[in-house]
Amino acid sequence: MGCGASRLEPGEDIPPGLLPFRRRLQELKRSRTEESRRRRRERKDSIVSTTELLRPEERDADDFETTEEEISRAVAEKMTVRDALNSAIDEEMAADPKVFLMGEEVGEYQGAYKVSRGLLDKYGPERVRDTPITEAGFTGIGVGAAYYGLKPVVEFMTFNFSMQAIDQIINSAAKSNYMSGGQISVPIVFRGPNGAAAGVAAQHSHCYAAWYASCPGLKVLSPYSSEDARGMLKAAIRDPDPVIFLENEILYGESFPVSADVLDSNFCLPIGKAMIEREGKHVTITAFSKMVGYALKAAEILSKDGISAEIINLRSIRPLDRDTINASVRKTNRLVTVEEGFPQHGVGAEICAVVVEESFEYLDAPVERIAGADVPMPYAPNLERLAVPQVEDIVRAAKRACYRSVPMAAAA
Amino acid sequence: MSAFSAIKILPTHSVASHHHRRRRLSSFPSTCAADLFCSPLAKPIFSSFASASGRSVRGISANVVSDEKQLGSASSVITREEALDLYEDMFLGRSFEDMCAQMYYRGKMFGFVHLYNGQEAVSTGFIRLLTARDSVVSTYRDHVHALSKGVPARAVMAELFGKATGCCRGQGGSMHMFSREHNLIGGFAFIGEGIPVATGAAFSSKYRREVLKEETCNDVTVAFFGDGTCNNGQFFECLNMAALWKLPIVFVVENNLWAIGMSHLRATSEPEIWKKGPPFGIPGVHVDGMDVLKVWGVAKEAIARARRGEGPTLVECETYRFRGHSLADPDELRKPDEKAHYSSRDPISALKKYVITHNLATKSELQTIEKKINEVVEDAVEFADSSPPPPRSQLLENVFADPKGFGIGPDGKYRCEDPGFTQGTAQV
Ligand SMILES: Cc1ncc(C[n+]2csc(CCOP(=O)(O)OP(=O)(O)O)c2C)c(N)n1
Ligand SMILES: [Mg+2]
Repeated sequence: MGCGASRLEPGEDIPPGLLPFRRRLQELKRSRTEESRRRRRERKDSIVSTTELLRPEERDADDFETTEEEISRAVAEKMTVRDALNSAIDEEMAADPKVFLMGEEVGEYQGAYKVSRGLLDKYGPERVRDTPITEAGFTGIGVGAAYYGLKPVVEFMTFNFSMQAIDQIINSAAKSNYMSGGQISVPIVFRGPNGAAAGVAAQHSHCYAAWYASCPGLKVLSPYSSEDARGMLKAAIRDPDPVIFLENEILYGESFPVSADVLDSNFCLPIGKAMIEREGKHVTITAFSKMVGYALKAAEILSKDGISAEIINLRSIRPLDRDTINASVRKTNRLVTVEEGFPQHGVGAEICAVVVEESFEYLDAPVERIAGADVPMPYAPNLERLAVPQVEDIVRAAKRACYRSVPMAAAA
Repeated sequence: MSAFSAIKILPTHSVASHHHRRRRLSSFPSTCAADLFCSPLAKPIFSSFASASGRSVRGISANVVSDEKQLGSASSVITREEALDLYEDMFLGRSFEDMCAQMYYRGKMFGFVHLYNGQEAVSTGFIRLLTARDSVVSTYRDHVHALSKGVPARAVMAELFGKATGCCRGQGGSMHMFSREHNLIGGFAFIGEGIPVATGAAFSSKYRREVLKEETCNDVTVAFFGDGTCNNGQFFECLNMAALWKLPIVFVVENNLWAIGMSHLRATSEPEIWKKGPPFGIPGVHVDGMDVLKVWGVAKEAIARARRGEGPTLVECETYRFRGHSLADPDELRKPDEKAHYSSRDPISALKKYVITHNLATKSELQTIEKKINEVVEDAVEFADSSPPPPRSQLLENVFADPKGFGIGPDGKYRCEDPGFTQGTAQV
């Protein structure tokens, strides 16, 4: 993959994507007294902020003793998913002039969701290209450019609109390498928000993970945290094949802790590897994108009832990390899958098949599958809430899998 | 070139430079539009203006507010009743949308809400001429098209509030207005997707007349969409088929010069959209979309053509939205002078002035209408607010027309009737 981590040499130029962090470092020094009370923590523990998690004596432990090194780690502590994506594109564009960004409103508007903020100024309109509203057209142009070795990053304002470009993605991008007997590779990334946002109803809320993941020739990634977003997007851009990169609108503004390693411009995550977000003994819960956060919350609740849940952040939907999933199920003997998409032929259905094929005899309970309701997304907020999985649904399913009695959900 | 000629109603000149030329157009719309439309051999009298015009789209329109002569020409064709109907409808559109903004900021409606302020002359000018059986196809910016077509303000507002009493039972929301009864057939949130659907509606009208022998069927479809949408392939595909099969449809481009933050000129190699009709054999018309009387004049003829079975027309209305793309848009890219230029051409004030100076109604009569409409909108909000949300059971309804759509359970009953239906392993 060529994604080995290497650190900056002293005096080496800071890649453009890291500049904001250098600025933040300086700001931080100014408010050092306050910040020095905070301590780095393992990101595995929780998604709530550090200070809340530390006991009071821990919070004061390193009072005023902070070294530059510690400050720099503290600075690196939090980053939004939006910044993570922005810095990943920025660094890859800086590193390789063949990389360019294309899509609706990516330039002058700075991105419909501001993911490409600042890139037009830095790289100019030739490399940050605003397109007319013609998904079939610009997707096809991206594919053609990729045939000749350019590395387009094609942004869909949302993945819903990729439906107008489905022919180009499936027939022109995914199948070319095979059809041409390996002569034509297509190093292209299709990215944008996927799945349900809030209040945007049926046409703007579809999760396409299962659709794209069913097609050979595509790699399908779906990040949860800022670390995922940075490492996986950089991997996607460097990858020689078409990658579908499914982001989530609601996560863009969410901050996650990131280590100095993650901020290194060579940081990259392997495609096809899941991540165990939280280790556990009693039940395995698989999730991706926003649902990882829900699963982690459910695990907190379950732990109060003495159920220790292992949370797998899939990261890559295709290839699917069968090994990690099966190893976990062999340990916990129970499986709950979580996704926002529709149940039939969903990601959960595939995971269920994977476990039945490879770990059938280890299962102590039927697999529980949590998915969006089998209806187009309703607009009314009360129905919308019913149509997407909630933390309580995950808790309930996990308890069922562990044969704990669960109060019945209100009847439909 | 086809038998049709390009028809240009207004010269493509800057506001400053076209003043003297405007007089040559003063017969519009009483005769000019009709004559030009009817004759396939009509000379493209303004084509020289168009080709000389360069790319200045912004300057196409005239300042109707201060150009008395121009508006005066329509007085012979519009009656008091018609003028008041137009006024009331435009005022309803404006008042309704202003209320939506308030309600959105109060958290009563959700997601993307795209308002129509500034563009009222287009919706009103076309839709008020349609019969109940004629169809309208809209986009995500659809509230006002729904109102013009006669969907009650209560039903539209309740839909926006996500209530069971909404025109789609709270299931569609702002971007997906439908009313079978009023032949409002969407409410499409994707760029371009409404155009083929509208073309299909027009196809069905012709099919019913010619194949099913419903001889009285001469229903027309009007499809509304934006300038940005005209760069999408579905637009061109449908121009071709509509002309090929002579379908009873009017393609109405609401050219508000922007597609979110993308200026029309930056997105489009040939920004004069009306010109894209003639290569397909469809008359292309450009009209000042801030002047409801002009829109109405063009609309009359385009709809009549369709009804007579003479095929489609492409109408480009130059208009402007007075608010951001949606209520979530920071609207930072449009220049203040551009906004000021168009807000001085507010189509509602222009019509008001016209009606008064031409003695079609008094100021106080118009105020009575305004008061009535404001009450209608207030009432719609109260109705929406006090309406119940959809019941939980509604979540699984309407996925299929077939009530058996969710399958039959082992007990021989429809699975959707089982109260535990949502508690399967794919729990929601
Ligand atoms: C296929 C598709 N791509 C992108 C979008 C996102 N989008 C919504 S509105 C819009 C701009 C449309 O501009 P225009 O056609 O001029 O209509 P206006 O909003 O100005 O009325 C875009 C790009 C979409 N809805 N559908
Ligand atoms: Mg527009």
